[in-house]
Amino acid sequence: MTSGFYTAPSNHRGIFAWIFSTDHKRIGLLYGTSLFTFFLVGMSLGLLMRAKLIAPGVHFISAQTYNSVFTLHGVIMIFLFIIPGIPAVLGNFLLPLQIGARDVAFPRINLLSWWFYISGAACALTSLFTGGGPPDTGWTFYVPYSIRTGTNVSLAVFGVFLLGMSSTLTGLNFLTTIHRLRAPGMKWKRLPLFVWSLYATGWVQLLATPILAITLLLIIVERFFGVGFFDPAKGGDPILFEHLFWIYSHPAVYIMILPGMGVVTEIIPVFSRRSIFGYTAIALSSLGIAFFGYLVWGHHMFTSGMSDESRMIFSLLTFLVAIPSGIKVFNWVASFYKGSIEVRAPLLFTLAFIFLFSIGGLTGLVQGALATNVQVHGTYFIVAHFHYVMFGGTAFAFFAGIYYWFPKITGRMYREGVAKTAWFLLFVGFNTLYFPMFVLGWEGMPRRYYDYLPQFALPNLISTIGSWILASGIILMAVNLIRSARSGEAAGNNPWGGTTLEWHTSSPPPAENFETVPVVTTGPYEYS
Amino acid sequence: MTDAPIHSEHKDYIGSKLGMWFFLFTEIILFGGLFLLYSVYRSLHHDDFHRAATELSVFIGTVNTVILITSSLTVALAINAIKQDRRASAAVLLGVTIALGLLFLVNKYFEWTGHIHEGIYPDSPELLAKSHGTILFYGLYYVMTGLHGIHVIAGMAVLAGVLVMVLRGTVNGKDYVKLENSGLFWHLVDLIWIYLFPLFYLIT
Repeated sequence: MTSGFYTAPSNHRGIFAWIFSTDHKRIGLLYGTSLFTFFLVGMSLGLLMRAKLIAPGVHFISAQTYNSVFTLHGVIMIFLFIIPGIPAVLGNFLLPLQIGARDVAFPRINLLSWWFYISGAACALTSLFTGGGPPDTGWTFYVPYSIRTGTNVSLAVFGVFLLGMSSTLTGLNFLTTIHRLRAPGMKWKRLPLFVWSLYATGWVQLLATPILAITLLLIIVERFFGVGFFDPAKGGDPILFEHLFWIYSHPAVYIMILPGMGVVTEIIPVFSRRSIFGYTAIALSSLGIAFFGYLVWGHHMFTSGMSDESRMIFSLLTFLVAIPSGIKVFNWVASFYKGSIEVRAPLLFTLAFIFLFSIGGLTGLVQGALATNVQVHGTYFIVAHFHYVMFGGTAFAFFAGIYYWFPKITGRMYREGVAKTAWFLLFVGFNTLYFPMFVLGWEGMPRRYYDYLPQFALPNLISTIGSWILASGIILMAVNLIRSARSGEAAGNNPWGGTTLEWHTSSPPPAENFETVPVVTTGPYEYS
Repeated sequence: MTDAPIHSEHKDYIGSKLGMWFFLFTEIILFGGLFLLYSVYRSLHHDDFHRAATELSVFIGTVNTVILITSSLTVALAINAIKQDRRASAAVLLGVTIALGLLFLVNKYFEWTGHIHEGIYPDSPELLAKSHGTILFYGLYYVMTGLHGIHVIAGMAVLAGVLVMVLRGTVNGKDYVKLENSGLFWHLVDLIWIYLFPLFYLIT
């Protein structure tokens, strides 16, 4: 890391040249380091939970501590890792490069987003050690408990509010960038599909996150002033809180997964040396998922109390989301046909993504159907489902993207053998950890419980062993990436033979991205 | 929304305004959550809302509406003035806009303290003794006008910042997008009030 933007002159020294930089590449890496730090914290909490659940009757932490641990695991993984996730790290670094721009539309607002992010994180983490102790509500902050509990919910909620501001501003910035800063000739139908996915994500970030903001503000207002919007004693209705919460938090699921879909769509053509199959269908299905994603929040509340008509409508709309998702999966698979496939670490992660996301998506339909939903609601089946979608989906795509763009970001190549070993540990560990949860949930083990009946012992033991395999894969991957960033072999500007614009500049890119502004004359994946 | 791709090094006016419009969308949805609560609770407690609304002073509400609409006019005139490079009149008009915002808040202050003096505020014993619909009506009243009031304060701060830039000449006849965007924000604050006013004062 001794060339390109890493050595660009700055008015600040040392770490200040990073935390006050408006260069989208530096901001992307700022997010990257902060995100993975929090990811490791969240992972440690997850390991702690799994260790607690290794056998029935193991009580080395108290029930109250356990409640705080799963709350924090959820808050950290969702709000600090996976929602900012791919857009904040890879999107920031690559969006301007992929459209041939020098930076995002509002570089200072971009820096402000990171400061909102880190302030929100600071609030959320401070809430652990101050006030009435760590929040114990679960990441969903459901009323009435979140209003009544004596733990430090207000500060944590305010932290999440700031994180929401960060996410909204990132979306706003990306939308404006994509509309205004495309290089000459970069028509909409020539945009790389990762950019299309960021575009769809940007709209969701922009139009859904403010609902979360007002919902969180209302929790704080209720805690301090007791207005009574969600308190039946004062005429309010707690179900309305669930509605408001999921009006944001279901679209948020697509904030998490859409960019991941974008990443794998970039990787597949490069490693199979084929142009992507169904460019337009993939681009439009991103918008389709973003659109339908707004209309399905009620499926989180089938057992909360809702009319049969609403439940049927929400169920139907939920099934409709499967159509654009299916379009993507079939197009990805079709893109390999007659390709010249080179199996490198980014492609292994991509294939794992397609496999795990398909399991996650199809089990989502099990919950979207009203009859089975009643059976699996609030059980470990849900835990398994969303870890397959979020971890098996988004995080595997994130890792795929990190390996794929690692030579572009650092100018160096990671160790392929170690990367494949880490992939194997992750894939095996992941399935060992989460697949037993489908079984447990189907058999009726409720989520979030401190202890369980002896009949659930074996799958829980297997699951806990899986958590160790998974964690060792993560550590191996982290060590490989950190060591390779320092001392890996020089990678050259375009080690994969990529065709999108980021591969047309040096690795790492110079401060202004391109020596001369590129002129685009063809589509993004021009392999014969 | 124009889609002509451009690659400018420094200033992109259309981009700045596009970004501002995106931001205004987020504000509308922020308030949208509260309008959603209002519509649900109004439909559930129609009679209580009807009776509670008669307790609010239509006079103060009307005065405040006139004040905010006038302030939207003055900020629009300020933009017009800066386009013709009349910086002094733009500055005066901005000053008037901020003063009108302040006047609005002063009225609001007297209105709120009047209710609080009567013992009508969230979680007060007097209010809790009333019907559920009345409790919710006043809860919505305080939260929605309160959030709106915070936006008035924010808008005044933004306009004051732009006023300083106008006086220094960094916002001028050639470069006035900051004033235009602040004006857009102020119009939004005005617009939200135009919905709050009938919902709380007029639909009785």
